[in-house]
Amino acid sequence: MDSITIIAMVSIITAGLTITIGVIGPSLAEGKAVATALSALAQQPDASATITRTLLVGLAMIESTAIYCFVVSMILLFANPFWNYFIDLAAGI
Amino acid sequence: MNLSPDQIIFWQMGFVKLNATIVFTWLVMLLLVISSIVITRKLSKNMRRTRWQNLLEMLVIMISRQIEEVGLSNPHKYLGFLGSLFLFIAASAICTVFPGFEPPTGSLSCTVALALSVFVAVPLFGIEEQGLRGYLVSYTKPTVIMLPFNIISELSRTLALAVRLFGNMMSGAMIIGILLSITPFIFPIVMTLLGLLTGIIQAYIFFILATVYITAATRIQKTEDELAQDSSDTIEEQDTKPGSQQ
Repeated sequence: MDSITIIAMVSIITAGLTITIGVIGPSLAEGKAVATALSALAQQPDASATITRTLLVGLAMIESTAIYCFVVSMILLFANPFWNYFIDLAAGI
Repeated sequence: MNLSPDQIIFWQMGFVKLNATIVFTWLVMLLLVISSIVITRKLSKNMRRTRWQNLLEMLVIMISRQIEEVGLSNPHKYLGFLGSLFLFIAASAICTVFPGFEPPTGSLSCTVALALSVFVAVPLFGIEEQGLRGYLVSYTKPTVIMLPFNIISELSRTLALAVRLFGNMMSGAMIIGILLSITPFIFPIVMTLLGLLTGIIQAYIFFILATVYITAATRIQKTEDELAQDSSDTIEEQDTKPGSQQ
């Protein structure tokens, strides 16, 4: 295999692995957060505004880790610097 | 496939590029400025008011109430900055219903600019509220050892603000693009609706996080005094309660 094929293979596999592993943790955490917030809402319906706002902010914080994984995998697939380097090298020749 | 609207270039002269991010940012800004000028030209104080004035009053009251609920006691001081952040992000998310419109918040340069303005505004409001010395001391709050970690958290939360908004908006646009190439018609519309919801929620989250950061920068000195006040109040209440029973 030449180096371009290896780079393509490694970046595609890594992108898939990044999004798979990176989504497991945030999804578990979001489920736990929503479940806790729902039980808190059931116990104290009066505090629904505060609980919902805090839940949304917390969910955004948790979700951002999954979003980082998504951004990394998108960079690997569509804006890979090593890939671009070899493409420029091939175009130069 | 375009990762961000930065790569769509409308006009270029030398190294000066006019890309889609700049163009659509200025379009959204023009839309907001012109609509607010037109709406506020004929404001009425009686009950006969236009629908647009009702909409604007609803928005302003809603945003200031949200700011107040987070814990800033004087919402009108922060309404200009935080409200325009929210309105800009929400407007650029809603305008994606127009075909050909790329949301400017889907490019990293625009979201970094928004996050940097929060990064600059937080110390400014903090210094204005508790003085330069009080604000700088607040970095060493639990102990002096926490000083580098507080500075790191200041920088990393700015990065997190920028990348979160960028990732959400970019993923929405990208998923719709991929789906359009696989299944045309019905399913991309559903994802567009989901993208609208996500955009509004992200605007709200950006706004709330900026408000929380400003609150944390302005309220540190006050909370200790208030805690002392509260604890003395509760002690007084406990003292008076048995007395009232007798």
